[in-house]
Amino acid sequence: MSTYLGGRLVYALFVLWGSLTIVFVAVRVVPGDPAQMMIGASGTRQDVEALRHRLGLDQPVGAQYARYLAGAARLDFGQSLRLEEPAVQAVGERLPATALLAGSAMALAVATGLPLGIAAAIRIRSAVDYLVSVASLLGQSVPNFWLGIMFILVFARWLRWLPSAGIGGMRHLVLPALTLALLLIGVLTRLVRSGLLEVIGEDYVRSAYAKGLSRRAVIARHAVPNVLIPVVTVVGLQLGNLLAGAVIVETVFGWPGAGRLLVDAIGNRDYPVVQVAVLCITAGFILINLLVDVSYAYLDPRIRYR
Amino acid sequence: MTAERSPATGAPRPAAGRARRRLLRWGVPLAVFAAVAVAGPVVVPYDPVTVRLADRLAPPGALLPDGLRAWLGTDQVGKDLTAQILQGARISLVVGLTTVLAAGAFGLTAGVAAGYRGGPFDAVLMRLADLQLAFPSILLAILIAAVLGRSVANVIITLSVTRWVTFARIARAQSLVVKEREFVAAARAIGADASRIVRRHIAPFAIPPLVVVATVELGLVILAEASLSFLGLGTTPAHPSWGLIIADGRDYLTTGWWISTIPGLVLSLVVITVGQFGDALRDYLDPRAVAG
Repeated sequence: MSTYLGGRLVYALFVLWGSLTIVFVAVRVVPGDPAQMMIGASGTRQDVEALRHRLGLDQPVGAQYARYLAGAARLDFGQSLRLEEPAVQAVGERLPATALLAGSAMALAVATGLPLGIAAAIRIRSAVDYLVSVASLLGQSVPNFWLGIMFILVFARWLRWLPSAGIGGMRHLVLPALTLALLLIGVLTRLVRSGLLEVIGEDYVRSAYAKGLSRRAVIARHAVPNVLIPVVTVVGLQLGNLLAGAVIVETVFGWPGAGRLLVDAIGNRDYPVVQVAVLCITAGFILINLLVDVSYAYLDPRIRYR
Repeated sequence: MTAERSPATGAPRPAAGRARRRLLRWGVPLAVFAAVAVAGPVVVPYDPVTVRLADRLAPPGALLPDGLRAWLGTDQVGKDLTAQILQGARISLVVGLTTVLAAGAFGLTAGVAAGYRGGPFDAVLMRLADLQLAFPSILLAILIAAVLGRSVANVIITLSVTRWVTFARIARAQSLVVKEREFVAAARAIGADASRIVRRHIAPFAIPPLVVVATVELGLVILAEASLSFLGLGTTPAHPSWGLIIADGRDYLTTGWWISTIPGLVLSLVVITVGQFGDALRDYLDPRAVAG
């Protein structure tokens, strides 16, 4: 098991290095001069030269890359171009809000997706099953930014039940978390439903019935645990999408998280902040995938003995 | 996959009737959408420049002072929403199709070559694919679009870069299977070179599964384009993407709810239709294929 985890850890580090490199390349392959891009058309020749020097763009690419990686190891990505603080600090201050939003959405998705999937599977081809199918299809096809705006329109503007923007108590969290969660609720419901339907025909489920267990006990103790592995995988993979989706949902609801900071920083051409925000979200994604791999070993004894 | 079941041979199957009906049920609306996207802007031309403040924020169905009816209402500067949505349909279609073709062509070439040649080329390409999948794709798109700047062409480039991986992986998997087949050995025995074998004997087997993937990806690309434009990273106001119209309408929810609502409804319907068509196509081409 320790070799398994060691392998996953090495792989996570490799992916982290790769993401750093992708971000490095992406910001420097701009046709033209990144410094000119950041300053915009209004900047003078001297401004651009000064910024080039400050960003190290006047050095050879190899040296820039080495400096970039060395800085990354110390979590130093330079000063934000617009805010009076280091880029890492600017993003760090916004991360808790994003974590709160993504975490609430995840909790909401698991808390509704699992029961809905189970309900649909044990009453297959019933009205419940049909409703759940249609709802999960909608959840997966409707763009989340539009859905968020529709929620604002109905619940904040027309009904005036909930606030439309900003951060505060639970009331501020409801609409953004729900918007972010809906896609995942759809995915989870479908997954649990199809997983359960597959498992229900297995021998061990029949044996459990044969030894006199109630339907509830069979589903809860024998069927559902065997569906959990793919559920954990998908939850892990989707958490990355959830973090990326937070960029959009935070923009819709004026939620002061790292995602909205990223969009603002793009508008301000604040590339140090853009880099850090993208890397933070990616690092979160990698970390979550690592945790998913670790949790396999606990959920599935077969992996523990590998 | 054996040759008898391959869609390449076109052999009829008994279960195909239901799949064909389902294909039509979603294919016809999709064709209507494509026709509207092509012809619509010709019938109701979109004028990005003229501002008519007297007509601003007219609700759907309102009669404008000049006697024309704004069936879907007007926006905050008095532009007819119908014309914008039709123009937006064309942008969605163009971005969607071009991106899927570009990403598909690159993915097919890279994937088939990697699968056939193996070795370091394959290893490097697949690690690159893994790396790219480690990024949430919309985040990578945001990063690239931010660097490239706003334009229809840049959106296509951005989304192609973020989407080639799926195509490459499937093409590679297909090519790994097909290259062991006897007709490939036979072609090699009669002296065909690698490029001919790949083009004539392997690529044709990689294309049918890629067509299914392309349909599913089309929906995702249309959504991604709208998301980028919503964030202000997609098209410019000269090309009113649905995402852009929805973003514009956010500031007028109280006085003009229709500006954001209607394009989003249309976008959702198109994405659902494309998705269902993709599912139907997969069932039609290969009833045994597993989703994904």
